[in-house]
Amino acid sequence: MASIPRPTDEPHAHPHDHDHAHDGPYLATKGGIVATVIDWATTVDHKKIGVMYLFAVLFMFFLGGLAALAVRVELFEPTRTLEVYNAATGQSTTSVAGQVFAQSATDVAAGNQVYNRVFTLHGLIMVFLVIVPMVPASLGNFLLPLMLGAKDVAFPRLNLLSWYIYVVGSMFALVSALAGGVDTGWTFYTPYSTTTEPGHWKVVSMVAAAFILGFSSILTGLNFVVTVHKLRAPGQGWFDMPLFVWGMYGTAIIQVLATPVIGITLLLLILERLFLIGIFDPRLSGDPVLFQHFFWFYSHPVVYVMILPGMAIISEVIAIYSRKKVFGYRAVAFSSLAIAAISFIVWGHHLFTSEGEVAATVFSALTFLVALPSAVKVFNWIGTLYKGSIELTTGMWYALGFLFLFSIGGLTGLFLGALSVDLHLHDTYFVVAHFHYVMMGGTVIAFMAGLHMWWPKMFGRMYNESLGKLGFWLVFVGFNLTFFPQFIMGVQGMPRRYASYQDEYLIYHQLSTVGAFTLLAGFLVHLVNFAQSLLYGRKAPPNPWGGLTLEWTDADSPPTTHNFAQEPVITHGPYDFDDVYPPQAKPGEFTLPPPLPGRRVVTVATPHARSE
Amino acid sequence: MSTLSMDQPGQADGAPAPPIHETATHAHHFRDRDHEFDAAKMGVWLFLATEVLLFSGLFMYYAAMRYLHPEAFRHGSSLLDWRWGLINTAVLLMSSFTAAAAVRDAQLGRQGWLKLNLLLTCLAGLAFLVIKFVFEYYPKWLAGELPGKYYTYPNWEDPNEVHWWGLYWAATGVHATHVLIGIGLYAWMFVRAFLGYYGPKRYMMVEGTALYWHIVDIVWIFLFPMLYLIH
Repeated sequence: MASIPRPTDEPHAHPHDHDHAHDGPYLATKGGIVATVIDWATTVDHKKIGVMYLFAVLFMFFLGGLAALAVRVELFEPTRTLEVYNAATGQSTTSVAGQVFAQSATDVAAGNQVYNRVFTLHGLIMVFLVIVPMVPASLGNFLLPLMLGAKDVAFPRLNLLSWYIYVVGSMFALVSALAGGVDTGWTFYTPYSTTTEPGHWKVVSMVAAAFILGFSSILTGLNFVVTVHKLRAPGQGWFDMPLFVWGMYGTAIIQVLATPVIGITLLLLILERLFLIGIFDPRLSGDPVLFQHFFWFYSHPVVYVMILPGMAIISEVIAIYSRKKVFGYRAVAFSSLAIAAISFIVWGHHLFTSEGEVAATVFSALTFLVALPSAVKVFNWIGTLYKGSIELTTGMWYALGFLFLFSIGGLTGLFLGALSVDLHLHDTYFVVAHFHYVMMGGTVIAFMAGLHMWWPKMFGRMYNESLGKLGFWLVFVGFNLTFFPQFIMGVQGMPRRYASYQDEYLIYHQLSTVGAFTLLAGFLVHLVNFAQSLLYGRKAPPNPWGGLTLEWTDADSPPTTHNFAQEPVITHGPYDFDDVYPPQAKPGEFTLPPPLPGRRVVTVATPHARSE
Repeated sequence: MSTLSMDQPGQADGAPAPPIHETATHAHHFRDRDHEFDAAKMGVWLFLATEVLLFSGLFMYYAAMRYLHPEAFRHGSSLLDWRWGLINTAVLLMSSFTAAAAVRDAQLGRQGWLKLNLLLTCLAGLAFLVIKFVFEYYPKWLAGELPGKYYTYPNWEDPNEVHWWGLYWAATGVHATHVLIGIGLYAWMFVRAFLGYYGPKRYMMVEGTALYWHIVDIVWIFLFPMLYLIH
């Protein structure tokens, strides 16, 4: 037997060493516009891919937001069919009031149809194009290698492929939307989705979009899992990783293990629609509940693909702006994995009204399990804040807003997880408010926290703190104004997905619409702030907030193409603020770590053994 | 073909430039080639996990439909000829052997055997598809044993037999697509083997593709009894 040689090579052979001599900021342009565009379009740099994802996601967020505003405008007034009696002629005529989408007098049905398409478009864009990739693909791509002291993610070309798959998937969705949109709801529930507008390609195109986007998500997740396993800096054990990385790791595992199931589900849905093979449609003796199981087997875990990255961000933001070691590091880290694991066994709570009683009872009990790791995280964040040196930047305001809104979102989830209560609340605005408090109040708010905190790192420019805080308060007030009334009308019985309603809900709907426009104002303030920062912002120092993770201590703002001048070595934990900074240092007064050229290892004030 | 002579090292006598597999280096974000190899292999295994989950949806489809329409499945599967399935099983099993042998050849630098085994794997994949299309898909197409609205087969015994054909075409179709991708990968590697890409220091693609090929094979090992043998 010949022995199998391992693919080793000589340690000194490092072909890229010469690159470091002229290693500029990753944002530096390479010649003219065409050259720059080609450079970005073919880049395998995780930072550039992250930035491209960031702007794509923000653009889609804008489109999805427009659809949401359209929904709120339609709901500002209920649709009323009026009998107008004309005394002069003795005739009564019928007219419709309060209908925005189909102004043409009497055709309520057409208006409702448009309404169905608009809210479906909102849901599809926000779920598949915005919230799923929002944090992992943008901030995650940018930060994960930096936090691990790596030069890139494990598979840079796969990363670029993932970006292009995202673009192609977006095209399928936008083409379908431009062709008139679909009215299936974002869940594509059968048999409606297989029979609505028979023969039209746009439903297939929309389903195909979600199918394609799934591959983008899988590739990102796969890349992240391998990166975390294989590319940690020397000296960085699993429990020396920043909690952001732990959150991303949990997210990536769900992306890898759950997304293939939606892939095959949507493929079968397309086959059902094209060939009527009879798997999901009861009229063809298929089983519609089977679709619901398939769909939620992915789509419930993916809820945690949406929220875990938000939690990951909050762990970092709260630690840095409290300048305090995260309370219960291991508990927070393991709770990410616990959430990822539990997420796979609770899908049945979306089927309480369509599955058997025993299954519903079991799934209800399992659902309450998710509350445990989520609460562990919230209590640990509060424990971190306690006696911290809190610095109320925009990012910190958003993090505090997250604690408030996510707690409401999480606690109302318990109502929905309880079988008896859910039968009353099922398909009402209570559900809508609940998941917006988690998805938007949780993920989007956390994303805004992270975006503000890492903005100087990503673009090398500071943003205007006053404008940021103004934006935060508009968003925070607008958000609560939009969604809190929906809890109340949900409990009172207002069903979701209707273009009209009884007069008793009028005040809540009007408050909600006003809130939606307040939200718009808040996000526009942020848009102005970011644009102003890119154009005129003060140049950012490498470590404006005094963070201790590698992207702050060892990389420039913005980082260089190869991230670090030399491979960083971990000399302290990610949150050892007490050890690294002298105790008298106040926010804004810290001097460590210094932004020196070349190797930048943080000097540790007092020798210590790492407590982990 | 002299290039196919067995047990020759990859480097031709007198050629000044060493083959690519000896000079190629690792990507800049890895410490060395071992590091890169480990990462790539882990990535492939994760990808295989996604493949298992993808096919698990089809197996659930089978279980649910069989539970709903047992009689239709019983008669439907009796319309398949198990002999073609058996032949295809043998073809795929043999190709899994040549795929594994190709990995070994690359590790040991046996360039001639490597090329031969890559070619054999590719051809076996093609043979699988040819048998599938010529002796199974095409006659079924003619007989109207098609999914959904295209189903025109007159001699059904159970009114729900159309479900059986929906499942048959979906499951074997998704599997055949995977075989097709594998054939492409093996053809690509066959060409690259002539350019000297693979050797003891560089065989990740050979090994990764072989792993993929094995999972495609294993899926068929489950599909064959489920579709052809269980009545």
